[in-house]
Amino acid sequence: MASHKESIIREPLVTGKGITYAKVTDDILAPVENKPNRAWWIGFTFASLGACLWVFAVSWTFWYGIGSWGLNKTVGWAWDITGFVWWVGIGHAGTLISAVLLLFRQKWRNSINRSAEAMTIFAVICAATYVVSHMGRPWMALYCLPLPNQYGSLWVNFNSPLIWDVFAISTYFSVSLVFWYTGLLPDIATIRDRGTGWYRRIYSVLSFGWTGSVKTWQRFETVSLILAGISTPLVLSVHTIVSMDFATSLEPGWHTTIFPPYFVAGAIFSGFAMVQTLLLVTRKVLGLENYITMFHIESMNKIILVTGSVVGVAYITEFFIAYYSGGEYEQYTFLNRFIGPYWWAACMMYGCNVLMTQVMWFKRVRTNIAMSWVLSIIVNIGMWFERFVIIVTSLHRDYIPSSWAMFYPTWVDVSVFIGSIGVFFTLFLLFIRVLPSIAMAEVKLLLKDQSEEYKLKQIAEGHLDPEQVEFYKNSLKKFDSVDISVYENA
Amino acid sequence: MSSTKYILGLFDDPDVMMHGIDKLQKNSVPIYDVYTPMPIHGIEAKLGIKDSRLGYAAFMFGCLGGTTILSMVYYFLGYDWPMNIGGKIHFALPDYIPVTFEWSVLFASFGMAFTFFYSTHLFPGRAPRVMDLRATNDRFVIAIDAKGSTPHEDITNILKEAGAVEIKHNDRKYVSYE
Repeated sequence: MASHKESIIREPLVTGKGITYAKVTDDILAPVENKPNRAWWIGFTFASLGACLWVFAVSWTFWYGIGSWGLNKTVGWAWDITGFVWWVGIGHAGTLISAVLLLFRQKWRNSINRSAEAMTIFAVICAATYVVSHMGRPWMALYCLPLPNQYGSLWVNFNSPLIWDVFAISTYFSVSLVFWYTGLLPDIATIRDRGTGWYRRIYSVLSFGWTGSVKTWQRFETVSLILAGISTPLVLSVHTIVSMDFATSLEPGWHTTIFPPYFVAGAIFSGFAMVQTLLLVTRKVLGLENYITMFHIESMNKIILVTGSVVGVAYITEFFIAYYSGGEYEQYTFLNRFIGPYWWAACMMYGCNVLMTQVMWFKRVRTNIAMSWVLSIIVNIGMWFERFVIIVTSLHRDYIPSSWAMFYPTWVDVSVFIGSIGVFFTLFLLFIRVLPSIAMAEVKLLLKDQSEEYKLKQIAEGHLDPEQVEFYKNSLKKFDSVDISVYENA
Repeated sequence: MSSTKYILGLFDDPDVMMHGIDKLQKNSVPIYDVYTPMPIHGIEAKLGIKDSRLGYAAFMFGCLGGTTILSMVYYFLGYDWPMNIGGKIHFALPDYIPVTFEWSVLFASFGMAFTFFYSTHLFPGRAPRVMDLRATNDRFVIAIDAKGSTPHEDITNILKEAGAVEIKHNDRKYVSYE
């Protein structure tokens, strides 16, 4: 059947009064069908200025070469790969939310999966720009692919993790795109059927002629489930392979076997932090508090807490193994994180990622919007420093002391990074302007049994365990979108 | 002879609509199709629609992808340009597992998605064949071919009794055509 009775003790996934199927459509399509508000324009102006900065800095790199970056003979990899790994990591939450949470039947994913997936795609685009721009000559990117060439067809080396990475990132990007777009079809059809004129014609082309017949939905659900099933190992494989770019080297600080799970946990950690950063603002600006509720915010904070702690355990393990291995280069590398010239970067890394997230054990913090937002930014900063510490701090003390060096970024390094954030936000702001930022069809599935209104009706009907009702009412107190006074007499 | 081509029963609740399907079937009225704004589980069983076989397609495409990349790597590194890396064998299989996995997933997902689009006739620019414009918004629509032997008034009454909020007698099959 379409609906099942859900236990009253579970918190509602959609809050507010008078939420009908039509209201869901109206609320979610309001930013798409109307002119953008002032907050959007301000955000878009800053984001597109950032994007222009990116275009300028990358053009500068292509014109003058990689020499315009702060790299030297010892530190040959720095902000570029840091930015790349940071963006790829952020790109992990979308597929995790849409695939892994689908397999676990976590219905709270329904209202956040669309924008998280979009975020994934834009983050991977930002990551890919680093891959291309660090080549200095962007057309060289073709040599990453196994294409016949003029060197007697010298093929790419499939024994190398860097080539695995080419395959992993490109597969991840294209599969995420298919997953996202297939999910968008029914919602684009909704926009099409409400529109007129050229507007309708554009969405008609984009909707692929979706009708919502029984067979279409049945196949759609099969496709979603199977895509979720194969995306789950895919998302784990991508960051595993990214970590192998480092782990298969002979560099102390890099060649540790713990890297794959450690990087995957870190990726989910930073990805959820970025989702939190974006959604807390989006729900406010677009007025979607009834769909992205306090329950969603708290659930994401719990995931940030868990993955942050996993990352913390990985950090401790790394230090222990460095000590226990007895390898003096390994021991020095890890000690040098604190006693070397980059001690402040390590403090940022361990402080932001491990110490700061531990405050999320407190419910007061998890359900406080301002603190959640600040913490999500702190995690984003901490995860950037994690990659910086792993890459630059490990490289800057070479085996021969005469090769020891420091890394100083130039304005081009800084501009490419800030610019990539601009590119990301430009794409995201355009997305919430032209496509529904919440999967309408999936949220409609929740209305009949997981909405606050339905649960209130159940309470009014009686027949429920009073103790459970009391528990439910108490759980509603943290919601900022629930009028608690209604429940005093109910 | 009436000019009605299709009779539509519009419901505002999925459970009421399921009840409507039962009523129509009890009265032997054949249902042409049902259009809903979201996936409703259980309709396919009532309408006798068989399970989708897209899973088999995905599996076959996945096998194709894995085989393709592994054969390519064999040709590149085992046959066309074998390299002596520390005297190890040219075709070092464990190193090729990551790319084999990636292409299995790539082919499986694209193959399955395109099979879905092909079999459901979805492609960019296809004229949408919509019977009621609210079926993608807030109406659950049961469409009945008016050519059947049941009198139109009877169908209307059954739908009304079942709780349809609106019943339409459409002269055109698709309202979306201009």
